[in-house]
Amino acid sequence: MNGFDLWAILRNPEYTAMLLHGIEMTFVIYIGSWLLAMTLALLLLCIRFSPLRFGDRAVAAYVSYHRNVPTLVQLMLWYFGIFTLFPPGLTSWLAAHNAETIFAVIGLGLCQAAYFSEDLRSGLRSVSPGQMEAAKALGHSYVSAMRFVVMPQGVRNALPPLINHSVSLFKNSSLAIVIGASELTHAVKEVENLSFRTFEIYLVGTVLYLFFSLLIMGAGAYLSMRADPARSARA
Amino acid sequence: MINDVIAIIQDYWLLLLIGQYPNGPLGGLANTLILSALSIMLAFPVAILLALARLSKWRLLRWPVTALVYITRGVPLLMLILWSYFLVPLWTGADVPSFVTMLTTLVVYQGAFLSEVVRAGIVALGSGQMDAARALGHSSLGAMRFIILPQALYNMIPSIISTFVSTIKDTTLGYVINVPDLTFAASQVNNQLLTQPFQVFLILAVVYYAICWSLTHVANIVERRITRRRAGLSGGAAPVALVPAKIISEQL
Repeated sequence: MNGFDLWAILRNPEYTAMLLHGIEMTFVIYIGSWLLAMTLALLLLCIRFSPLRFGDRAVAAYVSYHRNVPTLVQLMLWYFGIFTLFPPGLTSWLAAHNAETIFAVIGLGLCQAAYFSEDLRSGLRSVSPGQMEAAKALGHSYVSAMRFVVMPQGVRNALPPLINHSVSLFKNSSLAIVIGASELTHAVKEVENLSFRTFEIYLVGTVLYLFFSLLIMGAGAYLSMRADPARSARA
Repeated sequence: MINDVIAIIQDYWLLLLIGQYPNGPLGGLANTLILSALSIMLAFPVAILLALARLSKWRLLRWPVTALVYITRGVPLLMLILWSYFLVPLWTGADVPSFVTMLTTLVVYQGAFLSEVVRAGIVALGSGQMDAARALGHSSLGAMRFIILPQALYNMIPSIISTFVSTIKDTTLGYVINVPDLTFAASQVNNQLLTQPFQVFLILAVVYYAICWSLTHVANIVERRITRRRAGLSGGAAPVALVPAKIISEQL
């Protein structure tokens, strides 16, 4: 164990390959679960706004479960629990096709959908009902009023929490290490085991995570600015 | 299925509740709650100091703390746990139990998050309070101590409860460094049974749900009461906006 030497890690092709693979898998999990979460969140939102009493209750229960149970426990329940209940054919197919990554995407995506749908809902609720009435008075149908008048304002209001939760989702992708997915934290641990340069590799891992998180935050800030330049200038 | 769950609870409730306590370290649910309560208690003074530093007019004080808050917001908790797992024994030179490692991490992490809540609480109070206190002859520190903080902290009680909830959820990550908490106990039960993983982890999820749901419920009740009280104090005016707890507090 010598002194601090960052190059021992960054100039070693084997280690950099492992780190790059880790970054790639982190993004596969992140983008996969983000898309799943957003799709599901929109679906949950539609159920919430439909007149069905039962649907509303079911969505509320879904959100409550996913917000009050630790994400790690949800992942463990999926991978160690629900996975074993699948029919044997499906189990072996999944096991041959990177089951850890698939369950990380499913677990994180379903959990995040609860947060996204609540963000969107509170964003839409902050649009005053007068907007809808005015749009209808001007001859818009319900769908077109929703599309052109209510939704743009609602989504704009929901942007700050959506961005925050997108960053959290990126950070939470590191939880996938517990069910054995080979993402960035896993790569960091592996390089540590091989090189014994704990300080250096943790530093590299931390800087990588920080860089991507700040990138997502920055992209979000840019998006909010584009969505409403006037308000961002005032803030 | 239900019978399996009942049988597991009957056989292992003590292990899930207190771990191997009389014969080994305290674990299970008791340890989860102690760890969360301790870390929130220690994180609270840290958070107030960090918030005051971020609001300070000296750059030398403001910049490092801002950097710390951004780092804790941008780096996964898991990475921070690995850092303290590596650094705490190195600095103290002793064999540190994983409980202490986890406690250190959570104090830093939740301290940084709570500091944002405290800061928002102070900013939400408006500058008039400070001006009035200064006009009455308080020093800057005295005004902070006797006028600003008591009001800001009172308004923040709901946010503090929600931070407590997210701390409980964060303690599950101690599983990675073998902190003997509830998650650890459940995986021990699973390793002994081997055949009923779904039932075991279902019990685990239900226990966490019960605790976090009831605490969130308490936070909502307290929030409503505080909003009503503040509305009453300000002569029936529109309720003053509280600190947006749900946006700031971290999810996990």
